[in-house]
Amino acid sequence: MKSLAELQAIKDKMKDKVVLREGTNDIRVVVGMATCGIAAGARPVLNALVESVNELGLSNKVTVSQTGCIGICQFEPVVEVFEAGKEKVTYVKMTAEKAKQVAESHLQGGKVLTEYTLSEGEL
Amino acid sequence: MKELSLNILDVAENSVKAGAELTQIIIDETDEALVLKIIDNGCGMSEDVVRSVIDPFYTTRTTRKVGLGVPLLKLAAEQTGGSFSINSKSSAEYPIEHGTKVEARFCKNHIDFTPLGDVISSITTLIQGHPDTDFLFSHTLSGKVCAELDTREIRKALDGVPLCEYEVIKWIEEYLKEQYAENK
Repeated sequence: MKSLAELQAIKDKMKDKVVLREGTNDIRVVVGMATCGIAAGARPVLNALVESVNELGLSNKVTVSQTGCIGICQFEPVVEVFEAGKEKVTYVKMTAEKAKQVAESHLQGGKVLTEYTLSEGEL
Repeated sequence: MKELSLNILDVAENSVKAGAELTQIIIDETDEALVLKIIDNGCGMSEDVVRSVIDPFYTTRTTRKVGLGVPLLKLAAEQTGGSFSINSKSSAEYPIEHGTKVEARFCKNHIDFTPLGDVISSITTLIQGHPDTDFLFSHTLSGKVCAELDTREIRKALDGVPLCEYEVIKWIEEYLKEQYAENK
């Protein structure tokens, strides 16, 4: 049975890492988590991103956060990728599976998956 | 919403946005009914605003002119023959004790009852997105505790390590899963 005492071990393990990590994150991934996003399936998308970023060892480089309504509810779940010096990339109609692919191809490999992005004509 | 747990995630977000330091998510079930309470100590709302949040065409958001979170929860409860209420004390009128309490009662045996679904995932998602505010979660079945969690205790034990760290979120997920498995 898990106990709060186990958190002590996590704390000891994480303390140094957290200090090291601060300020190094240069890619910000944002998932729309308003009513529209949640209803369309944003929760598993967010969880898949959090999971993949950790599995791929990208936690030093990538932060995954949540935001409210992005304003394009018909395209939810929406994931935005912000990277310093680059244009924002907007992934639309995401699923957990697509999110994993984005983590591998884009966040790790630097290659944008254009088949999942929003093209100007669609807006 | 396909699962009640998604309504919980959605409506609890309102509490965080209202600046709540503590948001309580309480589920009390019996064989016939499920009562969900979301109680926060955020800035609260005036009577006029409370009346308007159950209106789908009211929202504080500026991107669009509709807010469906509260109306969807109300509908989900009422379509089972249950009930819905929202009470609030605004910080302007009640400087010391303010906040909002949402209560939804569902009749579980009604054909239109939406299953609770993955409530653990909603709790971890809330904590991941809002590591600096506290959540208290409690789920009982016929008075017996199925699962409970207080992030204030976790925060104390972690001593400065953010609650949104992957290892912490995973621990919370496992912690809740174990409780549900043991108290089945």
